[in-house]
Formats: sequence, structure tokens, C-alpha cells
Amino acid sequence: MSTVQTGATASGHQPLATGVPLLRVHDLSVGVRSTGRPVRIVEDVSFDVDPGQRMGIVGESGSGKSLTLRAIAGLLPKPVEVLSGAVEYNGADLLGMPAKKRRALMGPEIAMIFQEPMTALNPVMRVGDQIAEGPRRHLGLSAKAAGDLAVQMMARTGIPDPARRARAYPHELSGGLRQRIMIAMAVSCGPRLLLCDEPTTALDVTVQLQVLRLLERLCEDTGTSLVFVTHDLAVVNQTCSELAVMYAGHIVESGRVKDTFRQPRHPYTRGLLESAPDFDRPDRALVPIPGFPPNVSDRPAGCPFAPRCGYVRAHCTEAVPPLAEVAPGRLAACFESDRLDEVLA
Amino acid sequence: MSTAVQEPTLEPSVLRVSALTKRYGGHSSWLSRLTSGPSVALKALDGIDLHLRPGEVLALVGESGSGKSTLAKILVGSATPTSGEVSVAGQPAPARRDKESSRRVQMVFQDPYSSLNPRITVGKMLSELLLLHRIVPRSEVRAESVRLLNLVGLEEDVLGAYPSQFSGGQRQRLAIARALAVRPDVLIADEPVSALDVSVQATILELFATLRSELGLSILFIAHNLAVVQHLADRVAVMYLGRIVEVAETSALFSAPRHPYTRALIDSIPRMTETSVNDGFELDGEPPSPYDVPAGCRFHPRCPLASEVCRENDPPLLTVGRAHESACLKADELADIPVPNAPQEHA
Repeated sequence: MSTVQTGATASGHQPLATGVPLLRVHDLSVGVRSTGRPVRIVEDVSFDVDPGQRMGIVGESGSGKSLTLRAIAGLLPKPVEVLSGAVEYNGADLLGMPAKKRRALMGPEIAMIFQEPMTALNPVMRVGDQIAEGPRRHLGLSAKAAGDLAVQMMARTGIPDPARRARAYPHELSGGLRQRIMIAMAVSCGPRLLLCDEPTTALDVTVQLQVLRLLERLCEDTGTSLVFVTHDLAVVNQTCSELAVMYAGHIVESGRVKDTFRQPRHPYTRGLLESAPDFDRPDRALVPIPGFPPNVSDRPAGCPFAPRCGYVRAHCTEAVPPLAEVAPGRLAACFESDRLDEVLA
Repeated sequence: MSTAVQEPTLEPSVLRVSALTKRYGGHSSWLSRLTSGPSVALKALDGIDLHLRPGEVLALVGESGSGKSTLAKILVGSATPTSGEVSVAGQPAPARRDKESSRRVQMVFQDPYSSLNPRITVGKMLSELLLLHRIVPRSEVRAESVRLLNLVGLEEDVLGAYPSQFSGGQRQRLAIARALAVRPDVLIADEPVSALDVSVQATILELFATLRSELGLSILFIAHNLAVVQHLADRVAVMYLGRIVEVAETSALFSAPRHPYTRALIDSIPRMTETSVNDGFELDGEPPSPYDVPAGCRFHPRCPLASEVCRENDPPLLTVGRAHESACLKADELADIPVPNAPQEHA
């Protein structure tokens, strides 16, 4: 059995398949089918997440990072749908399996944490009951046992006075507490994979630190894998070990956070790092990326970053550079990647 | 502490507030007095003294509910203070602003999508202001509009466009051009970059820095991102539950904070380097409700240094160093606890 433990039981997890990653996303394209050519918002995205690995997906608004995450969870907003590609969880094809079977995985195997807890929680249900719902349904606990588990989970997420707070409605709690409720809800069935969509963006900085530490501790205690979508590079640095950078629907660079921050191999990653203020280097000038990301229905031929890129050459506008290995464990989708050899301090 | 009386020793300031308070709620009508329970007032601002020097960027930081935006609203005259005084360029500003005193203080809002009128073109937006405030004669309105657009990095050809045709960063430039059109002394910018992507954020920060150095504009920059503040501001004021708890030059504030709340904020910043800070200044819990401000020092329930004296005394903002004020009874004790991984002092 796995090392995953919930507050109450070591749940009925499927055994981990050997030789395959926990999550495998392969050539995933997400978009809208229209009468003419489909609009592809996410294009040919591939990445793997191993058990216990923590992966950050970084990109600006409209880069497709949240839709990638929602496609994994099966929560795409209509009319957006998966156009092609595969999502495999523990060796099983998530997209091809019957809806009922997929729903059964959500909770005990895969769980999701959203950015805005106020819209993700049921406003007319006590938070304790909302947390208990998953364990009752998926772990087969009685109402009493699930209620006790909910209080335990709340205590574990650092909510003071959990027994009393369990009887509260979402609107009675502060933003930080609501986010903890959502985390308690997500981890109540002991998932192996936690999908987080900007979980701390709406929080104040001192509360953000508390929530990030909590997520880190929960993942370390239970060996849970994390896919963490954010626009904040510093937050990724504090939470994740692996990084994928998305631009205009493509993964343009991936690798270990440490290596990527030190020596980015894609001009966009480099641009992001140089345009963000770094608290530890106040003297460094900020270098904005010129221009704007392309409109989703009007992406340029060739490399999507070419019009804004300082390293651009003629062949960049002719073909889309594939995501290829540029160093051990590091991928970049850039023809000119070899010219980016500078080490940022 | 400054009083309402202008002393000759006061530093020159383009904007000054003294003993400013703002209270919301408490029953006003006899009907609400009859129908609901005892009156509960929210003290959004509880005695603010602050001044903005000519040509400086003063950052105002603090968590949600600390009163930053209420203060900004009072400064531009869109809310009236319960007590206290606002003076602009040495003159007391009337509670209900006249045309001249509202011209002097202009605002840039957080959300450039909702703060521009979608029904009028950029040219119309600017000419309306230029004519209303008689900034230039009618014949020069177009030239002046173009000058303003160039100032914020836009070209003449956008005059006929509507706000919906622009991206977030460009809209924020338009909002800044609109604020500058009436030639204000002070710009109040309420979280002007937090709705923007990082690559765009850098260009807007650059623009603010240019406006300060080239026009000598004084800017009150409200933000929650301390890395941004450190990059742009000359001085920083930290707010907590309706009070200013620390004011200092930017480099002094970040390298040697003298209030434990400032220290906790700094330690909470997500860092780009590998090392992460963990030294006991991580705060438990969240800011208490402004409906129910703790007795004594308002920070004591979350403060790792708090002792009996903090529970009993409400510390005023006192000078603790050169141009450095802190409202903490343990400011000296804190000075002896060095900040781990302190950013290097910058010139």
C-alpha cells in the first residue's frame, strides 16, 4: 500500500503502477471547436509528474496554464474541450475512461484547490459538512466518522478551534481560513495528486506564507505530488522543485527550478526573470519584455515568442521550435537556446 | 508628533495629513437605532500623521483591512474624514473639494478595466479634462493631448480609439495620462500594477520612476508587493489596522526594520533565491477585525516580542533613528535581532 494516510484510514488507493509516472500529459491540446478551424488555446503540451514530485507551471494571463490544469481535472469550462492528446493517471487513460469512473478518482486520487475559495465553496452548507462529503462518499465513512475526520483535517491545516469552526458557513470565515478549508477538503481523502490553481494569489503576504508552508508540510508528510499553477516566480521557488514555463499555449521551457532560475534557456523565461523585481537584488534594473502576447486566435507562424524576442533569427518565424533537451533534465523550445548561456546571478 | 498647527520646523510637504481618523457605521438614523442592536463602528483610520515630500515616491504598504485604500480615498477627496486635517501644498483642503484642490491630487486605480469610461475615445477623455480645468486654450488641446500620450509612452494615433481596444498595461498608461492631464502636484496610485502581468508591470514601474525624475511628481504608491515597493519607493510607510506603525527610508526599512510587523512582512516575502527565511517572525493567524481592535498595542496578539507592557500600552509613532519612526515599545530590542539574508543596502 502507499504511504498516503488520511486522518482516519489508509484509504483504498489503487496500487501505484511501476515504470510509469503518476501523471503523464502527452501532446495535450485544449480549445474550442468552431465551425471552421478549431481555436487551440493550449497546444501540444507534454509533461510528467512522478510520485512525490512538486511541479510549478508558470505563465502570464492567457498562457493556458489554468486550462491545462482544468483539463487534467476534467473541469474545463464550456465550450472549451480537449481537442487531442492524452492525460494518464497512474497508467490509466483519464480522457478515455467512463465519466463515472473518472469522477470516482476525483477526491481519493486527484484533488484540486482553486484560487478563490468563496466561489469554490458551497455558501449554504456548513464547512465541516463540505469537508466530510468526500470521505463519506469515497471512503465509505459514517456521517459521524466523516464529521470527526473533517474536524481533524481542519486542525491539521492550522485552523484554530476547529470543532466550532466546522459549524460555520463560508461567509463567516476570513479569506485565509476559507483557503485552509478548501485545502482540508482537498486532502481529506488523502489524494496522491494535488492540483493547485493560484491558491495564494488572493491572500495577504503573511497568510500566503502560512498557506504555502502548510501545503509543503502536507505534501512532505503524505508523499503527495503537486501541480502548482501560478504567475509568481518567487512562489514557485518556495514551493516546487520542477518548473514548466508556458507562453501562448505552449510549454517553452522545463526543468528543475534551481537550474532554470540560474540559467534560463528560453528567452521568454529569461525575460520573465529579468522583469520581475527580486527582493534580494534591489539594485538590479527591471527589463520589461517588449510587445504583447499574441491573441489566441491569431498566433504568429513559427515560434509564438518570435515577435517579442531579442534572439530572433529568420528561421524562428518559419517553424515552431520543438521542446527539445538542451541539457540533462532540461527542455527548451528555442532554436537559439545555445546562445542563452549566460548565468543570472 | 505633528499637530494641526503648522510649525516652522516642519519639512516641506506637498501633502500632509494630521490626526486623521475615519469611522464607518454606528447608527445614524432613528430607524436603524430601533431595529438593530448596539451600535458598532468600524475604525478604518485611527490617527494617521503622514506627509509626502516634493518629488518623492512614498509607498504605503499593509495587508487588506489596514486602511490603505480608505486613506487614499480621503486624500483625493472622494471620502471625508471623521476628524483630522488634509493639507495640500500647505493649504488645508476643504472636506468637499473645490475644482482647484481636486486638480492638485489625482488618482490612478488598481483595475484599468473598470476605471476608464468605455463609451468615450481617448482624445475625448483628455480634451474634456483639459477644457474643464482650462489647462490649455481650445486650439492647443490636441497638441497637449499628444504630449500627454507621448509622456506615458503612447502615440498620437490612439486618440480616436476606445479603451476596449487596449491591453491592460496600455490602459494603465491611459489612466496615468488622464491623471497627469490636469497637472497635479500629487499622484495617488492605488495598487497600479497588481492587476498586470510581470512583463508589463516592469514597464509601468519604469514609467512611474521616469515621471518622478523628469516631472518632479510626488507619488503616493499603495502596494502589497514589497519587492515592487523596494524597487520604486524612496520612503515606505507601513500600516496595520488603521495606524501607521513604521515609516522610514526604503533601504533602512528593509535592512533594519524597527517594528515587528514590518519584520514579519519582510520575512513573508517569497524569495527568488534558494534560501528561505524561517526565524520565528512567521506570524500566526490573520489581522484582527477592525471592528474589534485589540487593547494596548494593536499588534500584540500576533507579535513574537509581546509582553505585559504591550498589552497595556498603545504605543505612539516615535522617532527611533534618522528619518525613522516606529510605533513599538520594543523597537530597541528588535534592532538587536538581525534580519537573516538582509538585502544589501542600496544607494
